[in-house]
Amino acid sequence: MSGTGFSFTIDGVAVAAEPGQTIMEAADAAGLYIPRLCDHEGLRHQGGCRVCTVKAGGRSVSACTQPAAPDLVVENETPHLNKLRRDLVEMLFHEGNHLCPICEASGNCELQAMAYRLDMTAPTRFPYLQPSRTLDASHPDIALDTNRCISCGRCIRASQDVDRKGVFGYVGRGIHRRVAVNADDLASTDASIEDAAIAAGTCPVGCIIRKRHGFATPIGERIFDKGPIGHDIEDKRRE
Amino acid sequence: MDVDPSSERNDSDEPTLRIAAICAAYGNDRHRMLDILRDVQEGFRWVSPRSLETVAACTGLSRVQVEGVASFYSFLSLTPKGRITIRLCDDIVDRFAGLAAVAAAFEAELGIRMGETSADGSFSLDYTPCIGMCDQAPAAMINDVVVTRLTPERAASIGSALRAGRLPLEIAVPGHAGLSPAERAAAMVENNIRHAGPVLLGPVPSDAGLRQALELTPTAIIDAIEASGLRGCGGAGFSTGRKWRAAASEPAERRFVFCNADEGEPGTFKDRVLLTERADLMIEGMTIAARAVGAREGLIYLRGEYAYLRDHLEAVLESRRAGGRLGRRIHGIEGFDFDVRLQLGAGAYVCGEEGALISSCEGLPGEPKTRPPYPVNRGYLGFPTLVNNVETFCHAARILGRGADWFRAMGTDRSHGTKLFSVSGDCLNPGVYELAYGLTLAELLTLVGGEDAAAVQVGGPSGTMVDRANFHRRLSFDDLATGGAIIVFSARRNILEIVDYYMSFFVHESCGYCTPCRVGNVFLHKAIGKFRAGLANPEDIDYLRDLSQTIIETSRCGLGMTSPNPILTTLQNFPLVYSALVKSSPDRVRASFDVQSAIEGARRIARRRSTIFDEDYT
Repeated sequence: MSGTGFSFTIDGVAVAAEPGQTIMEAADAAGLYIPRLCDHEGLRHQGGCRVCTVKAGGRSVSACTQPAAPDLVVENETPHLNKLRRDLVEMLFHEGNHLCPICEASGNCELQAMAYRLDMTAPTRFPYLQPSRTLDASHPDIALDTNRCISCGRCIRASQDVDRKGVFGYVGRGIHRRVAVNADDLASTDASIEDAAIAAGTCPVGCIIRKRHGFATPIGERIFDKGPIGHDIEDKRRE
Repeated sequence: MDVDPSSERNDSDEPTLRIAAICAAYGNDRHRMLDILRDVQEGFRWVSPRSLETVAACTGLSRVQVEGVASFYSFLSLTPKGRITIRLCDDIVDRFAGLAAVAAAFEAELGIRMGETSADGSFSLDYTPCIGMCDQAPAAMINDVVVTRLTPERAASIGSALRAGRLPLEIAVPGHAGLSPAERAAAMVENNIRHAGPVLLGPVPSDAGLRQALELTPTAIIDAIEASGLRGCGGAGFSTGRKWRAAASEPAERRFVFCNADEGEPGTFKDRVLLTERADLMIEGMTIAARAVGAREGLIYLRGEYAYLRDHLEAVLESRRAGGRLGRRIHGIEGFDFDVRLQLGAGAYVCGEEGALISSCEGLPGEPKTRPPYPVNRGYLGFPTLVNNVETFCHAARILGRGADWFRAMGTDRSHGTKLFSVSGDCLNPGVYELAYGLTLAELLTLVGGEDAAAVQVGGPSGTMVDRANFHRRLSFDDLATGGAIIVFSARRNILEIVDYYMSFFVHESCGYCTPCRVGNVFLHKAIGKFRAGLANPEDIDYLRDLSQTIIETSRCGLGMTSPNPILTTLQNFPLVYSALVKSSPDRVRASFDVQSAIEGARRIARRRSTIFDEDYT
């Protein structure tokens, strides 16, 4: 590009970057995958889930928001960082109700796929918070089960920035913070099945449910049945 | 939605029109959302769904965006509150000072339980975290009025006076009508200045620092601050000079100087005393900072708990304007314009974090901002914003007045000058002490009459719980760093009860933006409950350490990075408290696992008792 590019390293691999690029953006382009849940192609960076935590110059930062810098030394795939990420993923599992065997998102779910990638195989240690929020099935084409929400905010940003609608927003504070809709229920908003916020893949889990689409693709042929999460990025490097 | 106040009106439209008028008073500016919602709350005692819609329509936001703000702050309510809301300070110091009996007295007098609102809408009774009155606990807020040193008898008489229709202010400050705002504030809350040092609480000449600053170039002002060695007094201790220099060197069309008067760390109340006694000096410091960094606009973010100081601060601002010391052509200097606006908070500890404070001023939920960019580069509305603590600005003004060397000579090598300590808890003389950095905790305890202390919380819950063996440690950035909170606990106090309370505080005050702080602190708090219930296993000690480390390493802001400290520092300094409570289990059944309650749900469905593991089954 403009010749102002620079390079830095991730796990010892040299990565090219442009000023203003985040560590994650540069890593994605170079075919190095940094685990993430709240970050999504085409949306503003949020830095909320913290799964993309890396060590940059020894400091913990979220790779999706931290600008790359010349000669920065970034650690990504270390046992320590993957342990921290596994803890965060386990926290999300325990904060909501994530019962993979009965969830229609199973196989397409990024939380589930991330748990596999991070080797979440041992019994977890955390208590279950077991929320019991009311299911919002008011909309003819969409249902909302916020008990499965991981607060990634991808639907909020997609609706605001891509659809220009603002169907979703965060309300509450702390452990009571949750995604809410811009009316008494979803049917009273201008949400549509055509929205980017509702599109398959925007919600990483089974919180936003597209009615009558759930089992169109059978289990065994779903996204993460074909390869682990992040393989699309890592494949770039192998090519 | 257009709301035209001149349109035909009927009764049901009236609230809408009043809310539209509130929004109009703030120019329908979405950045003034906190002011708008505070006024709606005050006018209607809640923010109703219909209010959300009206405010959204007037400010050009969506309802859920307004709801996001209204649901974030503790002093805004989405359900109706009483005309009088009594908020009892639920800090651990208040609890140890007899809060439970005071709460019971209010309940009995008002006929409602804590957390309830009376059926006729007269009263609400609530708990709220530390309101900055630990030196005169138990304390409470009655709407914006503060009452302190409560006893069950006093609570009963306050309740009965309120029921008789007397105004909170009349009850708190009898004869308030003849008093100035400053006198009223001083009559309502004692200052308890126990030791006045040479910098802040001793005699302070008016505007000596500002007059000196006007003789200097902006760069020379910053040089003086940097040479003094002054470090931020809010707790983090960043070099004030470097911060000012960064704000000054960022090219921008507008710049802001913000004063952080949101001291919310439990046990801290030193800024309350400075705001009462040294407001003029603080604003002088802000004005010097404005001169140094080239700002024309300033703001004081006053925590909602200190709303009783609002009139006083407005009066000080007004008198400075009238005296040519604020506003246009300060001290007659052409082109030196700087004015300050007062912004009230609404009950959110996290707003003491500078990014969250700026978010709050922008009319957003008080969530910290992504760093970088830093506020000095891109802060309020995207412009360079210098945020300093109340005490820091006061120090800055004195440094300009007396010289950097004078200040630098006090304290220690890397912690220069004096510091205000807010001392509370089990000691004879709780209050504010201005002392040079570097004294030992033991020396401070002697001064405050706390020689019997068994534990001292230095720096509030996000700081360090220190045991007797470490009372020789020094209060400075190199040893025991503190924003000033010193809470003394005698041997009668239960360490785990304190830790339990502090963790509940962090759970309550986490903004919820990032996973580790939002969820991890809940798990830590639950784990402490397990210890207190005698249900912890030996490996739970490792669990506490391990989970704490994850929260510290992955949290987005200082709240999560310090919230495990009550646990980590007591594990370090009071390990026996934990180990005495754990039970190992030779049969590998966890003490916390109760098979009977685990199968209770299934038993209820089956409508019969299980023969499995049921010792009573015959």
